[in-house]
Amino acid sequence: MFEIVEKSEVFNVHKIVVKAPGIARAVRAGQFVIIMGAEYSERIPVTVSDWDAAAGTIVLYVLEVGISTLELARMKVGDSLFAVTGPLGVPSEIKNYGTVVLGGGCYGIGGIYPIAKACKEAGNKVISIIEARYKDMFYNEKALMEVSDKLLYATSDGSKGTKGKVEDVVYEMLEQGQKIDQAFFMGCTQMLERCSEATRSNSIPTKVALNSIMLDGTGMCGACRVSVGGQIKFACVDGPEFDGHEVDWNELHSRKAAYAEQETGVYQSYSHECMAEKKFKQELERG
Amino acid sequence: MGLTAKERMAIERNRMGEQPPDLRNRNFEEVPYGYTPEEAVNEAKRCLNCKKRTCVSGCPVEVPIPEFIALIAEEKFVEAARVIKTKNVLPAVCGRVCPQETQCEGQCIRGKKDNTQAVAIGNLERFVADYERENNLIELSEVPKKNGFKVAVIGSGPSGLTVAGDLIKLGYEVTIYEAFHRGGGVLVYGIPEFRLPKRIVESEIKALENLGVTIHYNSVIGRLYKIDELFKGLGFDAVYIGVGAGLPIFLDIPGMNLNGVFSANEYLTRSNLMKSYLFPKYQTPMIIGKKVAVLGGGNVAMDSARTAIRLGAEKTTIVYRRSMEQMPARAAEVHHAKEEKIEFRLLSNPVEIYGNKDGWVTGMKCQNYQLGEPDESGRQRPVPVEDSFFEFDCDQVLVSIGGQANPLITKTTPDIKINKWGYIVTDDWGRTSRQFVYSGGDIVTGAATVISAMGAGRRAAKAIHEDLMKESNETTGDNGK
Ligand SMILES: Cc1cc2nc3c(=O)[nH]c(=O)nc-3n(C[C@H](O)[C@H](O)[C@H](O)COP(=O)(O)OP(=O)(O)OC[C@H]3O[C@@H](n4cnc5c(N)ncnc54)[C@H](O)[C@@H]3O)c2cc1C
Ligand SMILES: Cc1cc2nc3c(=O)[nH]c(=O)nc-3n(C[C@H](O)[C@H](O)[C@H](O)COP(=O)(O)OP(=O)(O)OC[C@H]3O[C@@H](n4cnc5c(N)ncnc54)[C@H](O)[C@@H]3O)c2cc1C
Ligand code: SF4
Ligand code: SF4
Ligand code: FES
Repeated sequence: MFEIVEKSEVFNVHKIVVKAPGIARAVRAGQFVIIMGAEYSERIPVTVSDWDAAAGTIVLYVLEVGISTLELARMKVGDSLFAVTGPLGVPSEIKNYGTVVLGGGCYGIGGIYPIAKACKEAGNKVISIIEARYKDMFYNEKALMEVSDKLLYATSDGSKGTKGKVEDVVYEMLEQGQKIDQAFFMGCTQMLERCSEATRSNSIPTKVALNSIMLDGTGMCGACRVSVGGQIKFACVDGPEFDGHEVDWNELHSRKAAYAEQETGVYQSYSHECMAEKKFKQELERG
Repeated sequence: MGLTAKERMAIERNRMGEQPPDLRNRNFEEVPYGYTPEEAVNEAKRCLNCKKRTCVSGCPVEVPIPEFIALIAEEKFVEAARVIKTKNVLPAVCGRVCPQETQCEGQCIRGKKDNTQAVAIGNLERFVADYERENNLIELSEVPKKNGFKVAVIGSGPSGLTVAGDLIKLGYEVTIYEAFHRGGGVLVYGIPEFRLPKRIVESEIKALENLGVTIHYNSVIGRLYKIDELFKGLGFDAVYIGVGAGLPIFLDIPGMNLNGVFSANEYLTRSNLMKSYLFPKYQTPMIIGKKVAVLGGGNVAMDSARTAIRLGAEKTTIVYRRSMEQMPARAAEVHHAKEEKIEFRLLSNPVEIYGNKDGWVTGMKCQNYQLGEPDESGRQRPVPVEDSFFEFDCDQVLVSIGGQANPLITKTTPDIKINKWGYIVTDDWGRTSRQFVYSGGDIVTGAATVISAMGAGRRAAKAIHEDLMKESNETTGDNGK
């Protein structure tokens, strides 16, 4: 069960294709799975970034940030995951909005693909924006290009597209008078917050895929609770997508850091530095 | 056996040996050791084999209590276990977790004057079940001939396991779908190891698998398959919903989302199911509080508090709105908690949880309560005392003030009737508003007990059998098959 049938890596982002026929049949854009590498592993949520119902496989992009993701990164083709539960969460609301902007950073570059695809099929004009530190750190671009009317880039060093981040591209678009009817963002919490700020002044309807800490993923424990519009919501069953203009970001940042001490203990090299960047620097040093 | 009633009456209740409090509050091993055969026989001799079997009427599934106890007195332990199993398929579990003092033992004639002197029915039940299992004497039921019908059971808690066990023995093909990666429901994720060793639940599940029950773990029904798909795509003839009540309630007070505030469900699931008490060997992290406040007075609160102590809390306090007498927890758990130096701050309730700038709990503001008029349940209602507040020092808050119905299934299957609290509505036999869909356990009654969930499972299994057989006779009649 849950055998890894394909695996590759682009700068710390591990593409893992897993056999999970039931999930491959039922999953919709915007949903996620909870996986355990081994019997002793933590249960961690990961977005389903693509699937093949006929082959019975799902595609996960796992960013190595701590012990669980490190162990997943070390698994090989032919190995099996101990548990894959899903699909979880409410699927993205797909309809003909008009012009849809999708912004993705780190695992979100992979994660926005099914939403882009579904939006395209629903007749939208799809503009995808992806961010990375350096141009070689992008992945899954070709697939994303096929389902987007436009694919825009943002890089921290300016090596491709706009110098900056996804929200900088959004600001540029708004300055140029680009009409945006709906925005979706997926990536780290900081990025989600900044992008929601970017769309706030123009009141662009904005959905963000939150990544609060989860345990069961079925609404049983409340670990994933977030405040949205002053109400407690469970990200695993009420989300993961919420209105980015209503999320209590400060609370989410602090809740996400709850286990930092323990996590650092088991993953000594963990730091607040982005792991992708760290690995990138190491690669540069090695030449 | 040749004892007179007077002789029987003269025997004092046999206490079970247990780990001393100072030792056990640092480990997760089971607290009571269980009876020795001698103790069990001696305890069994205390039973008067009453004509009016009040004990039996106190048991929700009517275990033939005097009969099985008489067999213990004759040292026929395995036979005694089999007699219990005609009514209760999980005696090793129920012997440990039933609230005996309000059920069987609460009705025992010998406890009428002094309730600590009731026959120790739970201890005896546990003893024979352990004896049978540990000596590998469990009878392997014959796998019956298949009758051609397929039943899906959603959830592997005590109610789901009971339905599966009853139906597989009647010849049904039974498939359990369980959301977690392990089976047993609350028995594995909620009730801690020191109260119910997981190997007991595992062996029960293994036994069901040996009988041919298929269990699909990691399968969240409502998401992976909708109930319609279980019927149409997968060809099941009936579906039993036993998904429990697991949806935590948080208080509507400031500070509920601070770091260090947990639902008991989360806290216990981390510790029990994910084994974070063995962190970092098991990788799910746990925040260890120094001064832990547990809100609530039920079994869940006791389990949370006793887990906190074992994980290394310096001070653990139960903060409860009502009085000691009104606590719904099993008497044994309150007793054990007190022995383990858990403190009780009764007639008080928080109105705010304080946090620091990084979002961590630093304490609570609480209000004093007093007992007022009785409510519908007959318990005196706790009412806040005006302008009577106090500060409570703590760095962790475990919220165990109850649960609600998890709407995952009923939302995706809107034609199943639910009541205003979201619980599934059934008749006495577990039939829901939708034909061939049955339900029982906590998702019907709200948080209740293991034995009542099993009782509901047993009744639903009967209804499923009756309805499907009727259906099959009718179709046979109609089509002349
Ligand atoms: C709905 C959802 C979808 C996600 N999709 C993806 C994805 O497609 N690809 C991807 O790489 N990551 C995804 N994540 C994030 C991923 O779950 C975390 O990176 C992962 O749990 C980190 O585990 P770790 O042990 O390697 O790191 P740790 O060292 O344990 O933690 C690193 C950080 O990850 C977060 N984290 C830790 N444990 C959990 C947990 N149980 N649940 C959620 N976050 C946690 C914490 O904020 C922590 O600071 C998603 C999260 C959510 C909630
Ligand atoms: C901490 C704690 C201590 C307790 N102590 C006692 C005690 O001492 N004595 C006592 O008698 N009772 C006790 N209880 C209550 C008792 O455990 C419950 O009443 C009983 O377990 C209910 O059984 P159930 O079968 O209805 O559901 P549960 O035991 O809740 O099992 C439901 C199962 O369904 C699964 N599930 C949920 N949704 C889905 C889905 N959509 N698809 C697939 N699977 C799903 C869950 O993962 C779970 O495994 C306690 C409860 C708790 C939480
Ligand atoms: S099942 Fe529970 S209530 Fe019934 S006899 Fe056994 S311990 Fe008592
Ligand atoms: S009421 Fe008590 S003494 Fe009488 S039969 Fe039942 S257990 Fe025995
Ligand atoms: S992860 Fe437990 S309720 Fe959402």
